[in-house]
Amino acid sequence: MDGFTALYIFALAAFTGYEVISRVPVILHTPLMSGSNFVHGVVLIGAMVALGHADPESPLQLLIGFFAVFLGAANAAGGYIVTERMLGMFKAGGRKQGGEQ
Amino acid sequence: MTSNWFVNMAYFIAAIVFIFGLKAMSSPVTARKGVVWAGYAMIAATLATFFIPDLHNIGLMVVAIVLGGGVAWYSGKVVKMTDMPQMVAIYNGMGGGAAAGIAAIELVRGVPHDAVTSTLLALGAVIGAVAFSGSCVAFAKLQGLMTKAIRLPGQNNINFLLSVITIGIGLTVAYSAHPGGFEIFLFFVLALALGVILVMPIGGADMPVVISLLNAFTGLAVGFKGFVIGNPALIVAGIVVGASGMLLTQLMAKAMNRPIRNIIFAPITGAAAEGGEAVEGTMRELSSMDAAALMRYGQKVIIVPGYGMAVAGAQHKVWEMSQLLEEAGVEVVFAIHPVAGRMPGHMNVLLAEAGVPYDKIFDLDEINNDFAQADVALVIGANDVVNPVARTDKSSPIYGMPILNADMAQNVIVVKRGKGAGYSGIENALFYKDNCRMLYGSAQEAIAEVIQHVKSMEA
Repeated sequence: MDGFTALYIFALAAFTGYEVISRVPVILHTPLMSGSNFVHGVVLIGAMVALGHADPESPLQLLIGFFAVFLGAANAAGGYIVTERMLGMFKAGGRKQGGEQ
Repeated sequence: MTSNWFVNMAYFIAAIVFIFGLKAMSSPVTARKGVVWAGYAMIAATLATFFIPDLHNIGLMVVAIVLGGGVAWYSGKVVKMTDMPQMVAIYNGMGGGAAAGIAAIELVRGVPHDAVTSTLLALGAVIGAVAFSGSCVAFAKLQGLMTKAIRLPGQNNINFLLSVITIGIGLTVAYSAHPGGFEIFLFFVLALALGVILVMPIGGADMPVVISLLNAFTGLAVGFKGFVIGNPALIVAGIVVGASGMLLTQLMAKAMNRPIRNIIFAPITGAAAEGGEAVEGTMRELSSMDAAALMRYGQKVIIVPGYGMAVAGAQHKVWEMSQLLEEAGVEVVFAIHPVAGRMPGHMNVLLAEAGVPYDKIFDLDEINNDFAQADVALVIGANDVVNPVARTDKSSPIYGMPILNADMAQNVIVVKRGKGAGYSGIENALFYKDNCRMLYGSAQEAIAEVIQHVKSMEA
């Protein structure tokens, strides 16, 4: 990739991250962190490409690649399930409040 | 060619959906939908990757995905809500580890890169490795496997030296055409060690800042890797997370009125806390019966939860008590300090788990003026975040930190395990005030007793 194109992507992505997150209320800070934790689980596809290009004759490359894919998949799956579980618990009070047993 | 077009399109859509998913988190109403979309995007991107031509080791890849994904899915499903901070920390560390692994393969394969790419390769490797080992230490601390904050003599100099050496070796390795195996190995060992010694001395109340910072690190590492392997989806997702993580870290640090570098390089420990003035007076105890009566016959109760509530897993009891009080006509609300607990927003998650609607939960700015009208401020396992010393005593290490004004309430009831000072070791002047009474015991048992007494008053 062209260096300057990448630089533009960097800068714009940084602004985007900053803007998107600055509107998140305090009560959602944990799910937000956990959600962004899930999003960087996309490292999985990087790890898959790295393992896919690793030399099948080199046990060291295969071992590292396997480890990277394993960790990336764990990051993505764990990040997702934890975030989803947390957000499932947030509910509004409104009319129902006090009525539940 | 066509398959590459298909893969790139899938990555592009995934990156856009990730951003929308995070944006949906600005409201509790849409947040869950947001993460579900992002989940589909992740699956789509992963499946699309298999269509990249000339990939080897597909079998191994599938095994790794099934194993890693399966283990994490299962552990994430069964973990208790109180243990959430360490789970977030360890998943985050795994992402950092994966980024470091990508770098390791690139280095071992010895693919030639230009100067910028080589630099990002080395930096991404260091940051990823630091996020990995640092998160493991954070996990151990939160899980209670490692209870002491260990500070080496001359810690800051060691940190600095080790960072310079590690980055130096990393750059050398990344720039050389055929780096030696030993140099690569040494580079990663040093980078991992750096993560360990950076996080080792930090603990307790500073944990939310560290977790959030490590999250930002992993994001950056992923973004840098995206550049190295020429994958814009990784760049966008990684840098968005990096930037948002940095912002969140800043917010946390601001809530403690301590610059980030102080938290990393000069953590509050028992020794550092000696600066404050001694507090005079005695702490007065109160029975659970009296505590129940004070709240039951009051008009307004503000509950201030802290890490003690999380440790005791008392959130369900607390909500049960609040509902009883509400049925008796008492107004009950919750006041959350931004750094209460061990990760940003930790208390909100626990209360949500117990079923507390989020419109009963208020943050510092929203509620601080209401304490003066409250009959009772019930402090459950919180300490430094209600210490009035932060307002008055210039020599105290927490001077200037915005606190919840629990001391302004008519009566303050503090539920606390024992008489000791908080994690930071700073004496809490609130406990010695005339309007404050101590209710000793674990939050779980103390609140259960209060519930019994409140119930007996109904009749």
